[in-house]
Amino acid sequence: MKTGKNVTGIGTSPIDSKKTIEFAESCTISSGDESAMKQFREECANATEDGFGSIPAPASIKGLAHLAMDAFKGQKAAVFINLLGERLAFERTGTRLYDAVLAKFDACGGFDGGPTRDELVSFRDAELRHFALVHEAIEELGGDPTVMTPNADIVGVQALGLVQVVTDPRTCVEQCLSALLTAELVDNDGWAMLIELADAMGYDEMAEAFTEAKREEDHHLASLRQWLSAFVGSEAHVDMPLPTAPPPSPMP
Amino acid sequence: MALDLFKEKGVPLDKQGFNWRELVQTPISKLDDDAFTRIRIILMNGIENESWIFQHSFARMHNHGLRLPLARVRRIEQHQQTLVNWLLPSDQSVLETTIGYEQVAVEITAAVAQNEPDPYMKQVYNYGLLEDFDHLYRYSALLDRLEGKDSNNILQNYTDIVPGRPTCDEHRDPADDLRDHYDCKKAAPITKLNALTILAAEQQTRNFYATNGNYYSDPVARQLYAEISSIEEQHVTQYESIIDPAETWLEKWLMHEATEVYNYFNCYQQETNSRLREIWERMLAYELGHLHYVMDLFRSIERRDPAEVLPQSLPEEITFKSQRDYVRQVLKDEVNLRAVGTQFVDKSQVPSTSPSLAYRAQVNAKGSPSEIVAAGYRWVPGTELLERARGLRTHDGQRLTP
Repeated sequence: MKTGKNVTGIGTSPIDSKKTIEFAESCTISSGDESAMKQFREECANATEDGFGSIPAPASIKGLAHLAMDAFKGQKAAVFINLLGERLAFERTGTRLYDAVLAKFDACGGFDGGPTRDELVSFRDAELRHFALVHEAIEELGGDPTVMTPNADIVGVQALGLVQVVTDPRTCVEQCLSALLTAELVDNDGWAMLIELADAMGYDEMAEAFTEAKREEDHHLASLRQWLSAFVGSEAHVDMPLPTAPPPSPMP
Repeated sequence: MALDLFKEKGVPLDKQGFNWRELVQTPISKLDDDAFTRIRIILMNGIENESWIFQHSFARMHNHGLRLPLARVRRIEQHQQTLVNWLLPSDQSVLETTIGYEQVAVEITAAVAQNEPDPYMKQVYNYGLLEDFDHLYRYSALLDRLEGKDSNNILQNYTDIVPGRPTCDEHRDPADDLRDHYDCKKAAPITKLNALTILAAEQQTRNFYATNGNYYSDPVARQLYAEISSIEEQHVTQYESIIDPAETWLEKWLMHEATEVYNYFNCYQQETNSRLREIWERMLAYELGHLHYVMDLFRSIERRDPAEVLPQSLPEEITFKSQRDYVRQVLKDEVNLRAVGTQFVDKSQVPSTSPSLAYRAQVNAKGSPSEIVAAGYRWVPGTELLERARGLRTHDGQRLTP
């Protein structure tokens, strides 16, 4: 990290900042407080009925047709498909995040205690495999894996900031790893939820395959924490207690 | 159903107005609404923007007591534009919206070309069509390779995703972007309406790319938007040049209002979302009010009968449906055409002294973003990653039990 001229703070210009502060304090302002904004958001949320969109009707999903006979179970099927769609979208975007970080790594190189290129490639390929796994799962249920479910849509919105960070030529490898950490934290919990649901619905083989995927994601998460700690410790010249990464999942 | 432009008076200008809640309504659903509903919103946003820009130009160039009438109508156009554009949802990323913009350019230009009675004008539309068709392919590659998304989620199987006239070959010297214009005394009303409709659509596309391209951090995306924005500027140059400059300012204003009526009427007739159909109906009534307001100005200031300029009833509608077969035919027959001056020739006949060749060599001197982004790109359902992903699973011998 370099030190230099950063002009965003109030201390940049003591004379001008004093004038700005004094005038802001002396002027009459509009009445009320920020609760008006909260109230307006509440009104808008109450007036919105349909959300972002729907999930394809369970009746059209062959593997879940038995569930669709019962409204309660049909709802369960829709929740499952929605979550599968979410994971599929996230793994696919995750692959593109790692693609971008690999370009950065090749351009800028790594750092002591950071990832090797092979590790990044292996993590990227794991995301790809997970994408294919969820794709298969949706196909097995008779669903359409190309559908963008509402949760898939939302994680797409969430990921946009991460895409911006990792593709910016000005970010360094460590800043990109921090963006990947954000992604892996969310991904990890997403898999946990999917496993619970697959298990509860009696899709044992899926639950098992998802558990294996989560083991790989656990390794990604722990590794990212370790790399970032190593970087901060080295930059600040302090000994950071390194989080322990679980051993890599055995590759089939 | 025919709409009589002289009998239907719509809502008088002094009865028109909105509050903020009306301007900002619940947007459409990116996932559930038909792609042609999104197409209509994008198209009408462009039509409204063109009216607003035209009326500002008019006010700056002339003062026959028209500054206030222009300001009054323009205020309503501003609010109509906001209402329409704010119907697009925020979960639609800039890049997904871009895919929507190019779908508008492809489907609406193809529909307009088929409605166009003047063979030269039809050729002009076909020419622009194949360029926007290529942009759709390039942006689809970017969406896949940047955000990991499938552009068909937006296109909904209505529009093909393959190369058209290569974007890197579309860069031309301005002399090769100008076209011959129609003769306002002889041209059919539909020719005038078509020209303004496509001009409006292309102009908003240029403005959208020019405004949003810099929000990307990805260097390929930034360059691609810069490159395609430049082509859209060429398209604006092309389409504004087909409009007869001999039309008076008031005559042009009348045609702008008629174009708004024509397009809102088409939207109203074909809309599948009942809430939006009501919006189109209200907008149509407002535009009829504007049209009659301008008709009165035309009579009093130019001492001319609006019937000299306007048809009694609206001509054939723009059909909001997939134009796949037409586009494929134009692609097959005309992809190798290139502009030389105002005419189109096979690329083998472009003279070696063509200023466009020199211009192209200059802008592409350090590579072409549109080539980089789509190198080896073939669209498949679910993104190009699917093949790679399946390859890895198969290689590892993994597969859920069918």
